[in-house]
Amino acid sequence: MNGRGGGGFPTGKKWKIAHSTASDQKFLICNADESDPGAFMDRAIIEGDTYRLLEGIAIAAYAIGASRAYVYIRAEYTQALEKLKHAVGQAKTYGLLGENIYNSGFNLSIIIKQGAGAFVCGEETALINSIEGKRGMPRTKPPFPAIEGLFGHPTVINNVETLANIPAIFDYGPHWFNSIGTQKSKGTKVFALTGKIRNTGLVEIPMGTKLRDIIFTMGGGVKNFKKFKAVQIGGPSGTCITEENLDIEIDYESLKTVGAIMGSGGMVIMDEDTCMVDIAKFFMNFLQKESCGKCIPCREGTRRMHEILEHITKRPTNEGGHETLERFKGIMQLESLAEVIKTTSLCGLGQTSPNPLLSTLNLFREEYEEHIFDRKCRANVCRELRTFYIDVEKCTGCTLCLKKCPAEAIIGTPRNPHFIIEDRCTGCGICFDICKFVAVTVK
Amino acid sequence: MIFNIEVNNKTIKAQKGDTILMALKNNGIKVPTLCHMEDFKATGSCRMCVVEVEGKPNLIPACSYPVEEWMRIWTHSPKVIHARKTIVELLLSNHPDDCLYCERNGNCELQKLAIELNVRERRFPGKKNKYKTDPSSASIVRDPAKCILCGRCARICEKTIGVSAIDFIGKGSKSIIGPAFNKGLNISSCINCGQCILVCPTGALYEKAHFAEIQDALHNPDLHVVIQYSPTVPITLAEEFGIKPGKDINGILNAVLRKIGFEKVFDTAFAVDLMVMEESDELIDRLQHDGKLPMFTSCCPGWIKYIEQFRPDFIENLSTCKSPQQMMGAVINSYYSQTNNIPSEKIYSVSVMPCTAKKFEAQREQMTHKGITDVDAVLTTRELARLIRLNGIDINQCEPGTPDLPFRNRSSAGKIAGVSGGIMESMIRTLNYKLSGKELLNYKIQEIRNVKGRKEITIKMGGTEIGDGCD
Repeated sequence: MNGRGGGGFPTGKKWKIAHSTASDQKFLICNADESDPGAFMDRAIIEGDTYRLLEGIAIAAYAIGASRAYVYIRAEYTQALEKLKHAVGQAKTYGLLGENIYNSGFNLSIIIKQGAGAFVCGEETALINSIEGKRGMPRTKPPFPAIEGLFGHPTVINNVETLANIPAIFDYGPHWFNSIGTQKSKGTKVFALTGKIRNTGLVEIPMGTKLRDIIFTMGGGVKNFKKFKAVQIGGPSGTCITEENLDIEIDYESLKTVGAIMGSGGMVIMDEDTCMVDIAKFFMNFLQKESCGKCIPCREGTRRMHEILEHITKRPTNEGGHETLERFKGIMQLESLAEVIKTTSLCGLGQTSPNPLLSTLNLFREEYEEHIFDRKCRANVCRELRTFYIDVEKCTGCTLCLKKCPAEAIIGTPRNPHFIIEDRCTGCGICFDICKFVAVTVK
Repeated sequence: MIFNIEVNNKTIKAQKGDTILMALKNNGIKVPTLCHMEDFKATGSCRMCVVEVEGKPNLIPACSYPVEEWMRIWTHSPKVIHARKTIVELLLSNHPDDCLYCERNGNCELQKLAIELNVRERRFPGKKNKYKTDPSSASIVRDPAKCILCGRCARICEKTIGVSAIDFIGKGSKSIIGPAFNKGLNISSCINCGQCILVCPTGALYEKAHFAEIQDALHNPDLHVVIQYSPTVPITLAEEFGIKPGKDINGILNAVLRKIGFEKVFDTAFAVDLMVMEESDELIDRLQHDGKLPMFTSCCPGWIKYIEQFRPDFIENLSTCKSPQQMMGAVINSYYSQTNNIPSEKIYSVSVMPCTAKKFEAQREQMTHKGITDVDAVLTTRELARLIRLNGIDINQCEPGTPDLPFRNRSSAGKIAGVSGGIMESMIRTLNYKLSGKELLNYKIQEIRNVKGRKEITIKMGGTEIGDGCD
């Protein structure tokens, strides 16, 4: 079984490494930090089937010889936290946790550690630092946690979904598990369908299911009958998949062939009203804020990438001609900068930070060029690039938009058609929203 | 276990357990580093030392990756050079553009890297973080705008000094390194030892300058400016002027200081003798009257602040004697002032010390007498070098001289205070004489003449066996 947290590392192999590393103390950590925007797979498992998770933790701890297990859960999951605390308490009461469990000679205590809001603490070595009471900054690997982890001891860190799969494997056997899925990727995966899709929620699908089936059959297709544009898989570390690759069968290997990663299971569906530049900007902003600041390429690099993206979605004012060149130069630099950030960052956050940007740039280059050269956003999302104009046929001269315009960009006299001065218009859209006669449209 | 690896198409030997950086170093292959510190575990923050390793899609940090057999490494491939250059450019994109006005102009590691990697354009013109300088401490100035967040200062303060006065605050590109709650350094637990300045690669940390006050005082006809210098200074100063490091230019220094305009030049080693006389009396008093033992020396102001803050239970063990710098300051303002009929308010007393903590000590409230500070300003060896250059003095053209009376003569014990274990040896010599009435035959105590971290010796002196230790 591959780890379900995003890395896809074979779980059994990790356990074996920890098991065979000699130490008087070993640890098992359950990574319930789940901070990808829009992901809630682990939360559903913790809230809905807490004991299954605890059973998985216990089996894993027993397998590697750990007597202490930690559940690192993000503090924002208050309900899940309550359920977890309650479940651990119950397990203790019934003697399923503690010393010499059911006279087996095996001791296990589960400690719940709350996160403090950092996305980077989902990275295993940063998580370890966080449990140790230090700043949540990743460490260099090697040494790998399975050999030298928490407090210097062999530590296995597994995702919630990975651990939740374990009891079923033990109940029904490895043959059953291997009968589900594809040649290389076995079992099921939970995906969180979000975005412009009719049925949002969680789906658990066997590996090998077609992406098209997930989106259009299970998800019910794109909301409001809009046209499908792309699906972003893998959260802030992920990439986009477009129409042409929708028939791909979801598994670890095949996703790689289209330049995508499984990630932890987030799937964001986008339609024609989504601006791909804005998406890249959103994820870059997120990664920039969540960067821990330890290594230079991520700390400074994501900041500059974000700045370049802001630059091309900025209000065009008094442009002397060389600004376009500057913007274009920025985009050219992005690719080379992204390459350096990818290959030199310390941890996964930095290494995968250019992915959303590079993926959208690759698949939707025309949109980027429209933003840079034509100063247009075809999806009308980038506020500052929107220009509105008033249809003289429909305008009744009610002066409502004139009064409400915050930039005083509308001129006109009562009962005469009004006019929007493009240079003053900030693209806020207030006039568009309040016109009762649908006279204001986007250029 | 030694094995072969290939670096830049050449086969070299590497040892199992070493990092790639160590293996390269042992074979004379240099790779630029920035956050790396000898004897410290690598953090892998700066990514400057990345190298290309066959079979690995990403670039590998040489400082933290263990070397493996049959590795094929390229230290200066186009991919690697481009990556290093980009990293430096990223640093520079968030760094003040004022090399010409910077403390570290010509002596800055970031500057050296920019030169080495041939950075010629501002490729990432963007916003730079704005920070205020923190000049609150008497010894150390912080300029977070120039900080590249290598973390060396935080590491040395935590691991070597054991104080941890400064550490990372904040997240992402808003991270800075500062004292608790980012308040002034003067109210933090900083003991002013200045080790952070030593390891800082840029001008983010530097010693507080007392240059301007001293220049003013020298040109003030109303003030009688005198100077004392620690025995270490003439030995460390030589290096700043291209002379072989370690050469003692004591005589020349006396002449140079007079040329600059100091009216009297005194040797702090005289005060070391004073201190040894006083402190040995104190120890004997404690030995004979069941006083608090062990007794700790008290010359180092960083040590004193450390004890006051972290181990107040040991305050009574400290010797009550002042440090040589302060003793000299005190006798200047009393004995010298009276015998030469110069009122102490008119005396501007300067000292040159190899240490930033002495700046802190000089301005301590307790180091005054009737409102007059014992020592008015302290220069570090580096500042002295600057003062010498500013006054256009060529030290190679100076004839050696002697310090002025009354504080000129000193014993060899006074001089060895400048080295590790020196004060202890001085104390042992004097104690032996006081307790047995005889001079020590072998007064050069070789057991403590080394740079080990901790030295211990037990000596029989006049019927008493005294154990001495020094760290």
